[in-house]
Amino acid sequence: MLKNPSKIEISHLAKTFGSKVVLRDISLSIPAGQSLCIIGTSGCGKSVTLKCLLGLIAPDSGSIKIDGKETVSQSRTHREEMLRRFGMTFQFGALFDSLPIWQNITFRLRQNTYMSRQKAREAAADIVVHLGLEARVIDQYPAELSGGMQKRVALARAIADKPEILLFDEPTSGLDPITGGVIDNLILNSVRRLGATALTISHDMASVRRIADQVAMIHKGRVIWSGPSTQMFDSGIAEVEQFVHGHAQGPLTDEAILAAKTGV
Amino acid sequence: MILGLIRNIGQASLSFMAAVGKISLFTFAAVRWSVAPPFYGHQLGRQILDIGFFSLPVVGLTTLFSGMVLALQSYTGFARFSAEDTVATVVVLSVTRELGPVLAGLMVAGRIGASMAAEIGTMRVTDQIDALDTLSTRPMQYLVAPRLVAGTLCLPLLVLIGDIIGVLGGYLVGVYQLNFNPSLYLSRTLQYLEFSDITLGLVKAAVFGFLIALMGCYHGYHSGRGAEGVGVATTNAVVSSSILILIANYLVTALFFG
Repeated sequence: MLKNPSKIEISHLAKTFGSKVVLRDISLSIPAGQSLCIIGTSGCGKSVTLKCLLGLIAPDSGSIKIDGKETVSQSRTHREEMLRRFGMTFQFGALFDSLPIWQNITFRLRQNTYMSRQKAREAAADIVVHLGLEARVIDQYPAELSGGMQKRVALARAIADKPEILLFDEPTSGLDPITGGVIDNLILNSVRRLGATALTISHDMASVRRIADQVAMIHKGRVIWSGPSTQMFDSGIAEVEQFVHGHAQGPLTDEAILAAKTGV
Repeated sequence: MILGLIRNIGQASLSFMAAVGKISLFTFAAVRWSVAPPFYGHQLGRQILDIGFFSLPVVGLTTLFSGMVLALQSYTGFARFSAEDTVATVVVLSVTRELGPVLAGLMVAGRIGASMAAEIGTMRVTDQIDALDTLSTRPMQYLVAPRLVAGTLCLPLLVLIGDIIGVLGGYLVGVYQLNFNPSLYLSRTLQYLEFSDITLGLVKAAVFGFLIALMGCYHGYHSGRGAEGVGVATTNAVVSSSILILIANYLVTALFFG
């Protein structure tokens, strides 16, 4: 289904929190330069998969390979080196409240390259203008921006260091459809321009259609379907079809979703 | 019923030991990353300003009125056996050895411990700490280490200033309300004051500053989800640092006793 060589290869990932089984058996493969969207109901294990990929959570078992190199149980130093190749946007932006926008955007650039204050401000201004914001925004603080602007700044921070791999956690959540569409286009352009491999978590099917080459659906800690985004509406799997069409009736009842959340 | 009681005691003991272990590991990591590069000078400067400078009014007012009350109370007591002339000595020794560091510690615990726990807790629940991690920055080094260093350095300075203000409070009451001779009051203040009295207070202050920052960071870093989690973390930070200040106060005093 997915072609090699894989940039990201996740195999048989499992994670339990206490008695709650969140990931049972997650296997995914993302070829270099491709964009994969993970979909699924709330609490199905999407965010935990992403956190395992970043090394923020250690999986109980399974393997995660980046460019064929195992990353689970790697040393802190190796993990930090690996993270330099990642750019990530969080669901609610996770911008640093105490720093102005230009410092948020150039946070890693300044850490890695000891860039001067002036150059960092110029770099931040270039990026925000490229993402459709006014350059004066760089002197504002995150709390002074609208949700859509914060998402753009989060994207700016993620791409500032030109990463090879981009991760997006619910990039359009809480946005109106127009702003969501703008963010999707910006993501698409950024990924193409950088030639990056992208992994996105989303509930927004319009967004998934726009930005994904491949789609995988997780349910009860397992990947129940994966394939090209063009085929997700005809997967032949009841859970996937109910989810992508947004039907209230189907196998994904409140009880089934709650069972997935509680890891039963 | 007895089995239930034993089970509850056992569970409480295990929880306590787990918490002690968790705090010990956190302390070890925090100290380790405080002395390892890179050092975040801007963050340290911000914390020094917040803990040292902006706490000055609170500490100043607290020690001023404590010194004033102490002068009045000790005068009332000592007048009963005609030892009024020891008031200045009692005020200066009480303020430098005990009241200055403890009151400043408790006030800073309320102000700074709560603010650290709330800020770091909010960063935890809004994924800012995870974001730091993904930006190749160790949260321990960026968030915890500067606060720990600033707390340990700033509280002795605050206490030193608080000592002077507290003694000044005693002087004002002694001279203007109790009609002591100003030069006699000052000479009595300095006559029995030893260097070790001041250093004991400063050592205590450094320990308290470390504990306040540690508890603020620890509870914020391990904050639960949502506004309630941050609220609980803030309360726990203030309560635990206040209790630890009182325990450490006895331990340091006992260590230097004699």
